[in-house]
Amino acid sequence: MRLLAALALIAALALPAGVLAGVDKPVIEKAQSGPCIAPPEVMRREHPDMLKHQRVETVHQGIVGAKVSLEKCVACHASKQTGSVAASKQDFCESCHAYAAVKLDCFECHASRPEKQ
Amino acid sequence: MTSRREFLSKAAVLGGIAVAPGLILFEPARAKGASSKVRWGMLVDTTRCAEGCSACVSACNRENGLSGGTRPTDSQWIRKVELREKATGRTLSLPVMCQHCAEPPCVDVCPTGASFKRADGIVLVDRHICIGCRYCMMACPYKARSFVHRPLHDQKPDVPRGQGCVESCTLCVQRVDRGEQPACVEACKAEGGDALLFGDLNDPQSGVSRRMRERGARQIRADLQLDTGVRYQGI
Repeated sequence: MRLLAALALIAALALPAGVLAGVDKPVIEKAQSGPCIAPPEVMRREHPDMLKHQRVETVHQGIVGAKVSLEKCVACHASKQTGSVAASKQDFCESCHAYAAVKLDCFECHASRPEKQ
Repeated sequence: MTSRREFLSKAAVLGGIAVAPGLILFEPARAKGASSKVRWGMLVDTTRCAEGCSACVSACNRENGLSGGTRPTDSQWIRKVELREKATGRTLSLPVMCQHCAEPPCVDVCPTGASFKRADGIVLVDRHICIGCRYCMMACPYKARSFVHRPLHDQKPDVPRGQGCVESCTLCVQRVDRGEQPACVEACKAEGGDALLFGDLNDPQSGVSRRMRERGARQIRADLQLDTGVRYQGI
């Protein structure tokens, strides 16, 4: 009886771990060139604020060529396969946003792929 | 290591100063942003604007990624308007776009602050804030604004546009900030029309100011006292 209870307990404890292991971590494709403007842990947390701050300066004050730029994000992080950051579930922006269940609406207006040269 | 674009813009500024102070029409705003010292404007010489020519319209569509459709639900940033004076039969052809008013009615009526005038006089829509109510379209006496009715794909990286927002001529703000001329002006020149002239209305030495001083210019619906940035000759 005691043995059965112990087994049940072990099974119960193991279950959540099993469920978590079943969720795919986002695929993070390597950027195409050079280092980013900030370390990855800063970018992961701060990039929405950075972009939101910059959009006001760029649109209203006409400041271009700033360090923070969605266009530059896209230029470096566009996938080699799809050429985009948000075309497929594996693409850089889309994979994390799908994992975190945060709706990504930047690319309803902004281009999700770099300009063709 | 400066990028090619930065190098070129610096070279353009230095080169312009070196050639002659009067010749350089404008310097790129870039990091400083839009300055209230300048007021961008355009001068349309209707006597040089050929009937049936729509080079400016197609250049605008190409530059800004517009479909080029002319249905009421399609975005049109420039329209070619053909006029005929009844009494004399004189015909006239002219492009009409956002007039970049100094007192823009679209900005007055915007409930969210999305419609705004930049320090350098360019009237824009901040699509991040636009809720698509279209009051500005009602308020504009020039029918200059369009509403995007359907989802868009493959926008130009420099010209973000999307469903549910109002938009209009930006005087090619992305090009102006790089120190270039609007696409329509360049296209008109390339076509040999030379009917469009872009420059700083505040600078008495600029091409637009000089030509306006010599030959005068009128505003469309000047009675509304909106002090438009786009002026016309020959109307």
